[in-house]
Amino acid sequence: MTPTLQHFLIISAALFCIGLLAALSRRHAIFILIGIEMMLAAAGINFIAFWRFSPQPTPPTGVMITIFAIAIAAAEAAVGLALVIAVYRHYRTTNVDQIDQLKG
Amino acid sequence: MSNWIVVHLWLIPAIPLAMALVILSLSSARRKGAAMLAIAGQVAALLLSLTAFWSTLGTPGYRLFHNFTWFTFGEQTLRLGFVLDPLAAVMLLMITFVSLWIFVFSVGYMAEDKNFTRFFAYLSFFSAAMLGVVIANSLLLLFVCWELVGLASYLLIGFWIHKPSAAAAAKKAFITTRIGDIGFFLGLLWLYGRGGTLLFYDGGTGALENTGLLSLGISATFIALLIFCGAVGKSGQFPLHVWLPDAMEGPTPVSALIHAATMVAAGVFLVARVYPIFAVNAINGVTASLTVVVWIGVITALISALIALAQWDIKRILAYSTVSQLGLMMVSLGVGGVSAGILHLLAHGFFKALLFLGSGSVIHGCHEEQDIRRMGGLRGVMPLTFITYAIGMMALSGVPLFFAGAWTKEEILHATSLWSVSRIPHYLMLAGVVLTALYMTRQMIYVFFGARRAAAEHAHESPPVMKLPLIVLAICVILLSIVLTPAWPWLHDYLLGERPAVNLSLLIQPMLFVSLALVAAGIGLGILIYRRATIVDPMERAIPPLFRFLENRMWLDELYDWTILALARFAARLSDFLDRYFWDSLVRLCGGTGQLFGVLTKGLDERGINAGVNDATGLTRGLSRFISARHSGQVQVYLSVIAVSMLALLLLYAWLT
Amino acid sequence: MAHLITGLIFIPLLGALFLSVVPRLLARSAALGCNLITAGLALTLWYHFDAANPALQMVQHHVWIPAIGAQVLAGIDGLSLLLILLTSLIFPFAFLARRMSRGFYALMLIMQAALYGTFTAQNFILWFLFYEMSLIPAFLLIKIWGGAKRDRAATKFFLYTFLGSVAMLLSFLGIYLVRGTFDFAELAALGKTGLLTGNVRWLAFAGIFLGLAVKVPLFPFHTWLPDAYEAAPTGASMVLTGVLSKMGVYGFIRLLLPLFPNEIRIVGPWLLGLAVCSIIFSSLAAWAQSDLKRMVAYLSINHLGYCMLGLFAVTATTAAPAIEAQAALSGVFLQIFNHGLTAAALFYFVGLLEQRRGLRGLGDFGGLMQRTPLLCGWMSVAMFSSLGLPGLNGFIGEFLIFKGSFALAAGYTAVAALGLLITAIVFLRAMQALFSGPLTESCAQLPDLRAGEKMVIVPVTLLMFAIGIYPQFVLAIFNATVAQLARLLS
Repeated sequence: MTPTLQHFLIISAALFCIGLLAALSRRHAIFILIGIEMMLAAAGINFIAFWRFSPQPTPPTGVMITIFAIAIAAAEAAVGLALVIAVYRHYRTTNVDQIDQLKG
Repeated sequence: MSNWIVVHLWLIPAIPLAMALVILSLSSARRKGAAMLAIAGQVAALLLSLTAFWSTLGTPGYRLFHNFTWFTFGEQTLRLGFVLDPLAAVMLLMITFVSLWIFVFSVGYMAEDKNFTRFFAYLSFFSAAMLGVVIANSLLLLFVCWELVGLASYLLIGFWIHKPSAAAAAKKAFITTRIGDIGFFLGLLWLYGRGGTLLFYDGGTGALENTGLLSLGISATFIALLIFCGAVGKSGQFPLHVWLPDAMEGPTPVSALIHAATMVAAGVFLVARVYPIFAVNAINGVTASLTVVVWIGVITALISALIALAQWDIKRILAYSTVSQLGLMMVSLGVGGVSAGILHLLAHGFFKALLFLGSGSVIHGCHEEQDIRRMGGLRGVMPLTFITYAIGMMALSGVPLFFAGAWTKEEILHATSLWSVSRIPHYLMLAGVVLTALYMTRQMIYVFFGARRAAAEHAHESPPVMKLPLIVLAICVILLSIVLTPAWPWLHDYLLGERPAVNLSLLIQPMLFVSLALVAAGIGLGILIYRRATIVDPMERAIPPLFRFLENRMWLDELYDWTILALARFAARLSDFLDRYFWDSLVRLCGGTGQLFGVLTKGLDERGINAGVNDATGLTRGLSRFISARHSGQVQVYLSVIAVSMLALLLLYAWLT
Repeated sequence: MAHLITGLIFIPLLGALFLSVVPRLLARSAALGCNLITAGLALTLWYHFDAANPALQMVQHHVWIPAIGAQVLAGIDGLSLLLILLTSLIFPFAFLARRMSRGFYALMLIMQAALYGTFTAQNFILWFLFYEMSLIPAFLLIKIWGGAKRDRAATKFFLYTFLGSVAMLLSFLGIYLVRGTFDFAELAALGKTGLLTGNVRWLAFAGIFLGLAVKVPLFPFHTWLPDAYEAAPTGASMVLTGVLSKMGVYGFIRLLLPLFPNEIRIVGPWLLGLAVCSIIFSSLAAWAQSDLKRMVAYLSINHLGYCMLGLFAVTATTAAPAIEAQAALSGVFLQIFNHGLTAAALFYFVGLLEQRRGLRGLGDFGGLMQRTPLLCGWMSVAMFSSLGLPGLNGFIGEFLIFKGSFALAAGYTAVAALGLLITAIVFLRAMQALFSGPLTESCAQLPDLRAGEKMVIVPVTLLMFAIGIYPQFVLAIFNATVAQLARLLS
């Protein structure tokens, strides 16, 4: 059985849904971050898949974009973790239910 | 030679004018210098006048003029000029000569005055302006000099400026004459508009020459009457004569200069100068304008002669006598006796100057006393003044044969008797002769005869510098009679441009006897009445109301005060009131209306427009408050909203495709 | 050559800026220095001006805001040059009247620039800009340095003239919408055949008339004037009456007469009536004043009334003979100059008296002739000049105006001649009250003219005599302009 685009899309959709569920249901800020990373990973899989199954997959393009996305995700995670630490220092908690100061 | 003098005629007024300016810039300590300069200026003017006179002698009807362009306006030019004819020549001579002696007299009379130099500056200026009037060949130039004469008289009458009465008299003189001048000005404008030129003589196209006169037509009468208004003001004719007696507030030489030789003569001169305009469309020598001149003259002559009978101020009597004589001259001009009028003007210039200077000598001798009730018996103390004064008095009264005034007066009476309109002026003028002799006799008796009263106690004769002019003028009055007699009417023919001829038979005329009788009656009556006069006038004792009436100058001043002046003052106050309250409140009403509108708009704004806006903002605010409450700050709520909306978008996309 | 006009406008403005860095004590000298330059420029203009040429000269033309028809179009003819010279003459005279603070001189210089602009601009937008620009300094001068009641007077002055200006602006906008130009020369060419039609033309006419009549001022729009002149400081009064009031007359000659010749002819008798009322009522009102400054202010209205009389007489009759129209117009032009000179001098003298005595009522003085003969003598010259005594400048202008208008509108002129009489009464009454009589105690210590004051008075008075005796040198400036204007109107 050769893997088709469909398989990849199903996997990535599942991964996205798991990530979304994690981001929405967990209370701990770090878990939410992990959920978001998972959703990003799902998007990366999509990129690769669409590249691989496009009519003329020229070598570097799809991979390059995905690598960029991963790099940006890493940077984002770094910023996110720094924010979490800053929030923790300020509120002495990382429970997002108690952090509601962003409301207008 | 003759041409030179015509071209340089302007020098005659220019020299005294220059002297006036120089004297004005001198310090007031340079008294002698000032007097010398002024007199030198007069001498120079006199010499030039003599030259001018000499050049006119050769040809009868001599008339030369010199016109020049004053300025151009738009594309038009305005020209002025000087004219030399017998009329101008004799006037020049008379004015410069009489002025010269008045100047000399002033050196003595004003010796103690603080503003001695200024006085001579004013005198010179006055003489310059007057000479300008005489030589002007343009009504405009004449008007210009005429106004300057008015200014000079204003300055001179108000010379003792610290005296409120002098200042008031000066103002009165200027304004009263200006009333007449406004008429003169309008007449001038009318003439200019109709004739297109103001030059008197311009080689056939002047205003007084045939073509100019023809273009006037019916308006000539009005123009003449308007110009006559100026003469009425300046020559103190009824009803504008009121300023003249008040003008006696000035120093006596001023009175002599203004009332004898010059300023008051200007009016008569003016009428004589523009006589052709008065005579346009004449029927038998009579025109409407000339008739008006006659009647104004008659009224003036009689009224002022009557008033003179009841005055106590020595100079005021002379002033009223001047007014009366000027009236006589006007009558003469009106009835057609132009040369007679001018001759009387000349003679009057001499003898009235003599009388005024004589009265000045009396006043000076009596330590500035002017009330004749406080004089008396001065004949012994001031013999020379007495003799010269008597000569002047006889000339004025018209005692025949040896005095200049008599011949001219006789000629005027003769002219009035020939007037075709009415004989009344003639008879009234005869009565005037009696009155003149009467009031002069009264004055003589009060001043020089009888007992010495208060002011005469310490009287003294005047210094030689004041005596000399008296003597010179007295001699002139007598000498002048030689060229005025009907037997050898030299001056008369000279003025008319005829060759003089000697005709001794003309010496004895019926009019001579008539006037002799009248003068004798006047003087005799005067002696009879006033022989034993005390400080209460005989007439006052006999008919008190009449005397009061005349003494108060027929209450004419009061009448003007209560009517015209009161009206004018009321108008002034009314204008001010209107301005402050009526026009301004109109403006304020406009402003107020604007303000009211503003208040209304404000109300509408607040209650109407603003309310709507308020509601709209309130709604917006409520809505925003509602939405803002939906923001819990829960990150996961936001995330779920995002997720749900994304899902919804996906579904929408799927549904659409 | 054309840049002379630009220089004339900008040098006072630069001077006003420059004044802010000048030490306080040197402010007056700096302002006077600035005036020295402008006077030099004005004289250069006069020197290069071709008096025989009636057309606009030294024209400057630049595009400014094409969308609204605004152009920088400036040039001079005889009338403009006359007013430039007058402005250059009166301002230094006003600066010398009394030492004031820096701000005063700066505002005065701004006003001077605005006046130069007004008298040279040949496009309505530019003209109106300058016209309004002069208003603000005048308002501030009265408001800040004025005497008692200055707030009220300043506000009244501002609102009154501003309202008039607004009316004028609206009228011109209307004309622009119909005709599409703001150029004076083009408008004048159109005006001959009728600028507008129907009732709109009366609306436009009334707007412009109102604006100018307030400025002159013409009866009954004059009530701001006595208050404003009375409250203003001496120097400002001199400029207000000497130059600013001429803007109105200038506007009448430059705008109203060429633009609405037919309309003005129809309402001519009414306008003449207003001019005569102006003359008579203001001179009568002057008679009733006891404040010297207010008296002179009223006589200002009176003298400008003669200008109006001459102008309206020219336009009121259809077939004015050339000589009469030219006489009246020459008289009006000359009167503009003479009145500027004489009225400024009178205000100057009143200022001197006020400075010495602290008061300026007629009753506050008496017998001055004995104490200050020089002051009295020179002041009398100014007064006689104002009452139209021959030999002084006032007479020639009035004579020419009366000469022209008597032939064109005899009845009105005859009534107006009464004004000459009343003016004389007013001045003689003032002279009697001030100079004659016994010296009052309060005046016993007043000093006579100082050397500096003499330096100011003597040249001005000599100029009065010069114009009175030989007016040709002033008349020569505008003879060609007068002839052209007369042709335009007949």
